[in-house]
Amino acid sequence: MSKEEKKVNRRDFLFTASYTIGAVGLGAVVWPLVHQMNPDKAQQALATTEVDVSQVEPGNSITVLWRGKPVFLKRRTQEEIAEARAVSMSDLPDPQKDEDRVKDGKDEWLVMLGVCTHLGCVPLKDKGDYNGWFCPCHGSHYDVSGRIRKGPAPTNMEVPKYEFVDNNTIKIG
Amino acid sequence: MSDHDYTPKSKAGKWFNDRLPLLTLGAHLTDYPTPKNLNYWWTFGGILTFCLLTQIITGIVLAMHYVAHADLAFASVEHIMRDVNYGWLIRYIHSNGASMFFLAVYIHIFRSLFYGSYKSPREVIWIIGLLIYLLMMAAAFMGYVLPWGQMSFWGATVITNLFSAIPLVGESITTWLWGAYSVDNPTLNRFFSLHYLIPFLILGLVVLHIWALHVPGNNNPVGIDIKKPSKDTVPFHPYITIKDTFALLMFMIVFAGFVFFSPNVLGHSDNYIPANPLVTPAHIVPEWYLLPFYAILRSVPDKLGGVILMFGAIFILFVLPWLDTSKVRSAVFRPIYRQFYWIFVLDVLMLGYMGAMPAEGIYLVLARVGTIYYFAHFIIVMPVVGLLEKTDPIPMSISEPVLTGGADPALARKDNEKI
Amino acid sequence: MKRFNIKSLLFIITFLLASSAKLHSAGESTEPLKVDWSFKGVTGKFDRASLQRGFQVYKEVCSSCHSMQYLSYRNLGEPGGPEFSEQEVKAIAASVEITDGPDDQGEMFTRPGRPADKFKNPYPNVKASIAANGGAYPPDMSVLVKARPGGSNYIYSVLVGYEDPPAGVTLDDGVYYNKYMIGNKIKMSSPLSDDIVEYSDGTQATVDQMAKDVTTFLSWAAEPELEERHRTGVKVIIYLILLTTLVYLSMKKIWSRVDTEV
Repeated sequence: MSKEEKKVNRRDFLFTASYTIGAVGLGAVVWPLVHQMNPDKAQQALATTEVDVSQVEPGNSITVLWRGKPVFLKRRTQEEIAEARAVSMSDLPDPQKDEDRVKDGKDEWLVMLGVCTHLGCVPLKDKGDYNGWFCPCHGSHYDVSGRIRKGPAPTNMEVPKYEFVDNNTIKIG
Repeated sequence: MSDHDYTPKSKAGKWFNDRLPLLTLGAHLTDYPTPKNLNYWWTFGGILTFCLLTQIITGIVLAMHYVAHADLAFASVEHIMRDVNYGWLIRYIHSNGASMFFLAVYIHIFRSLFYGSYKSPREVIWIIGLLIYLLMMAAAFMGYVLPWGQMSFWGATVITNLFSAIPLVGESITTWLWGAYSVDNPTLNRFFSLHYLIPFLILGLVVLHIWALHVPGNNNPVGIDIKKPSKDTVPFHPYITIKDTFALLMFMIVFAGFVFFSPNVLGHSDNYIPANPLVTPAHIVPEWYLLPFYAILRSVPDKLGGVILMFGAIFILFVLPWLDTSKVRSAVFRPIYRQFYWIFVLDVLMLGYMGAMPAEGIYLVLARVGTIYYFAHFIIVMPVVGLLEKTDPIPMSISEPVLTGGADPALARKDNEKI
Repeated sequence: MKRFNIKSLLFIITFLLASSAKLHSAGESTEPLKVDWSFKGVTGKFDRASLQRGFQVYKEVCSSCHSMQYLSYRNLGEPGGPEFSEQEVKAIAASVEITDGPDDQGEMFTRPGRPADKFKNPYPNVKASIAANGGAYPPDMSVLVKARPGGSNYIYSVLVGYEDPPAGVTLDDGVYYNKYMIGNKIKMSSPLSDDIVEYSDGTQATVDQMAKDVTTFLSWAAEPELEERHRTGVKVIIYLILLTTLVYLSMKKIWSRVDTEV
């Protein structure tokens, strides 16, 4: 390699290194500007919600607000449970057993986010073709287990993390 | 930009450029012939552009989290500092960025004063620059009100009360500014709105400022007109871009030093006390960059007189190009003016210091002397020195320092390097 | 030559002004004591044990009058702070009765605190706090350290600065003499006395120790981002120096094509 070539190489290296390191820095600056729009620490720490369900009769349901979204808590009758469990998996667009959507031994309680999985509207209860919920926005039908049966929604209504503190209290989150 | 014959190489580029000549503009900016002897004081234009963009970007982010309500503003700032992801970083960049912005603009202005960049044919650049400076002060003042601390509240009260000095309509104007009978929630809300608006006005003026600059081209340390392009010039890219980048990075090191290691040193601790309309802090002081004007305001024992003098201190700068009678631009070749220039710098620094001290005793006396000298510099020194001074010989060009007089050519060059 | 005289004069005067500005800010009261805090300096960090002890002092002594409304219990477990364990944070929060509501009947009710709750305010509002404290407002302590010139040193000095008034100074009822307080008069009686709290880590609870611990805690409360800020700052400055060097060398290379020095 001649002297001239070496010189050129060193110059190229300098410029490449400057550009590369400069670009890395720019990237590092962009991240805080993007990340600031994600949920902040107060949002992330949002409290869990405890619900007293002692007043809910079988067949009825209540709605509570959790993380800014409605949560349906339905106390199902034995007939409704039987109906939900009799459905064949092949009839479901998003196959899931009813047993997997409730807590063992507490199968009369269905707890799920009351948000249609299509575009986020709140479905109406005791409506639709499957004795469950019906979303008025774009016509999605859910069954008594909150599973999608007909319409544009792709998946079943989501079951959030929850637990029974005692027989009458459900803690969501 | 009509001086530029540029044809894009690609077909698509040509098609687009015929319809909107953005590529011609880009080529103009890249090739723009710049004097090759610009020193580091000339890098502050680029630094100021960086400051403006930093303030706009961080400001937009802060506005996503800030609440402009008297009951919630202070808490929302604490929310930004504590909970928002990187909120502390973004807010400290914004609050210290204001100070860095003013630091850079003062260097930029004093560079112009030293090298006579305000003189013909660059008067319009100078005046647009002053308009930008005025808007910067307005934006900085209103921004300082937003956290709704004690200094915010009382600073707003004092500054808006300046307008009550206007005879007859003063009181009505003040009430109109407030939207209430004192600085209150409506005031905070409108200040937020205007604080968001002003930076974009500044951005527009910056475009005009640069446009006006590109008509006659840059002044330079020697202050002589140069042929462009010639042996005296270099293309803006890469020569000036790389130099500006280097200076900007040095500036950013200082900036980062403040943001990460003493983010509150330039602010006032009273502004971490929530606004209280019943208690005024013992010493109300504006941010450091407004102190010289504050000193001028307080040095006059008359309310209206003080306000007039304070605004006069800024507006006299607008007629500066016509107060300076010297035919020579750069102070490098003006031995007498050069002395007065440094005395003036000293005077402004002293006024700044007096602005931070209580307006009593020796401080008040010195503030008055400083105020008188400030105006004397423009009204007496500039015209008189310009007429009487015997200037040093000036080189014919940057590359070939052939002098108009018989002095040693090396002298001019040496002088140049020292500045 | 003359020009340089004026220039150097300029620097001297600026320097004198700057140093006299420092003197002036001292004002009437005594200059605060200087403590060698672990969190000062470029790589400063909080002393974890001191933060935990300081929280104990705040909880057992200060919190009966002083609110800290911008802090949440969860902050006590966050990195860069006292870093209590998740269990400890839950226990601390649960030991406080928080008013919540309204419930479905429209009534307010109380429940044990949760980590997401803000620190409980000892008074329902500012006026109540003034009324309960003989007309003096016990300031909120969330950003107190940032709200006082002198910061941590000042808070510490006031805590240890109670003494008998010098001859000739008369004090009204409920007013105390403090060497470091601005104006020397304070409406809070000396809050600390030896062994007023019992530290679980065996540290002797002297007034000086407690004052240091609680000041450390308050310094963190005012600047919970401090450790992350210092850490990020060191990285940013190193990065900038590296990039500046590269750009400087590139600039030298580019400008070597013309005869002007840069």
